[in-house]
Amino acid sequence: MQFSAYARQGVRFAARILPALLVVAAAMGSAGCSTDDNGAGARLLVASTTSTYDSGLFDALLPAFKAAHPDYDVVVNAVGTGEALKLGESCDADVLLVHAPAAEQEFVDAGFGVERRRIMYNDFVIVGPENDAAGVASADSAAEAFARIAAGGFGFVSRGDDSGTNKAELRIWESAGLEPSDGWYRTVGQGMGATLRIALETGAEGAYTLADRGTFLSMRENLPGMAILFEGDPALYNQYSAVAVDPGHCPETDVAAAETFIEWLESDAGQQTIADFGVDRYGRSLFVPNAGD
Amino acid sequence: MLRESVSEAVRLLLTDAEVWSIILRSLLVSGTAVLMAGLVGIPLGVVIGMHRFRGRGPLVSVINTGMALPPVVVGLVVFMLLSRSGPLGSLGLLYSKQAMVVAQLVLAVPLVLGITVSGVSSVPREALTQARSLGASWLQTALVAVSEARVLLLVAIVAGMGRVIAEVGAVMMVGGNITGETQVMTTAIMEEVRKGNFAPALALGIILLTIAFAANGLMARLEQRTIDT
Repeated sequence: MQFSAYARQGVRFAARILPALLVVAAAMGSAGCSTDDNGAGARLLVASTTSTYDSGLFDALLPAFKAAHPDYDVVVNAVGTGEALKLGESCDADVLLVHAPAAEQEFVDAGFGVERRRIMYNDFVIVGPENDAAGVASADSAAEAFARIAAGGFGFVSRGDDSGTNKAELRIWESAGLEPSDGWYRTVGQGMGATLRIALETGAEGAYTLADRGTFLSMRENLPGMAILFEGDPALYNQYSAVAVDPGHCPETDVAAAETFIEWLESDAGQQTIADFGVDRYGRSLFVPNAGD
Repeated sequence: MLRESVSEAVRLLLTDAEVWSIILRSLLVSGTAVLMAGLVGIPLGVVIGMHRFRGRGPLVSVINTGMALPPVVVGLVVFMLLSRSGPLGSLGLLYSKQAMVVAQLVLAVPLVLGITVSGVSSVPREALTQARSLGASWLQTALVAVSEARVLLLVAIVAGMGRVIAEVGAVMMVGGNITGETQVMTTAIMEEVRKGNFAPALALGIILLTIAFAANGLMARLEQRTIDT
């Protein structure tokens, strides 16, 4: 068999070029570091949610923050709220921008985060097929709308990923006194964008789901036949907070960078950037700034 | 954290029916895809491997390139075909196990085909000409080639299984990771990690590793047996 001969040859070749490779790697590494020193300074890891990220808000926030504070590089990791909190707990994030008040409070109480600071809110909307066979649009409350979907066994797609949106959805089922589990209720464990796509393609005409307004509007062109059917119930209110990871728990975290970022979000400039976001494309703000309220 | 997750993972494997239904679904979907890939890829591979014809070189190059098809690209194409706005949308197959089998079939066929072709090509020509001269029909000659290359054919199947059962991009896109319907091991791992639940993710990871280990052990024994005989 030729194989062992090839393998020996390969190992010998690797041994010969290895020192050269190491030298090149070291040179590249040090070059990379020096450009870092010349360019920007601290890297700030922000863990946020897929729904925030999918709406495109960070594409407006980050350049504006960079213009005000060129010393900081903000990197956004878009995950579910559950994972975002875990990332904070394991010190793999410096700031969380999430929307699950109860879970955030637990996070702070456990000593992982400094404090919750309100930044903005948006709202959830019940979306579904335009013909609205369940009659969701004429319901008096979100709970009643959900009850109508359940009563007729119309399709409903749930995020099922422990995200803030998922938690809000589950609260509404609870307040309606229902425990959805039958075949019409499907949990997909995915982000907002993927869930909307699945709702669109489910059943003959599409299924219902609970979405944050921002993601739905930003994807609307790609969701033919789907519409916002119910909105405005206080149960659909969605508060976003920023939480800096506690340096007592994570000594490595860059407190100054985190504080700078959160203060900027709370500042007039940051709040105005949030208020302006989406107006040119959708004719209305997707997020309402409410820091300090 | 790792230690807690491992013990919790073991507990889940011993007690949790949900975890096992995901594992069985994975085996069902990937097993069906690989079985179908074998039915298509092995006969076709034997034919290509036994014959020398014009255009064979480029054809084999295309097959070998297909062995490295990126799962997300396959997922995307199958998604667009099966989407309600796509050409096969009326079948209503998107977000079903069938759609996942189709995507994995596309991924497995080039692998099974490519390994079969190279296995049959490496059968000594004399063995086949000898069979011919002894009056064997075309089919009997092909069976001689299959018998000579049998270990590599099994390797082709095992390698195909290894590729598709560990794949996440395509099944996530066309299956949708629907709980109780289209959720398989890899997509469940993604979901649990996203939620921050590492223990169930690890439990499924252990099973995936065990399957890979068993498959490799099987391959090693098969190779050993052919060397012995």
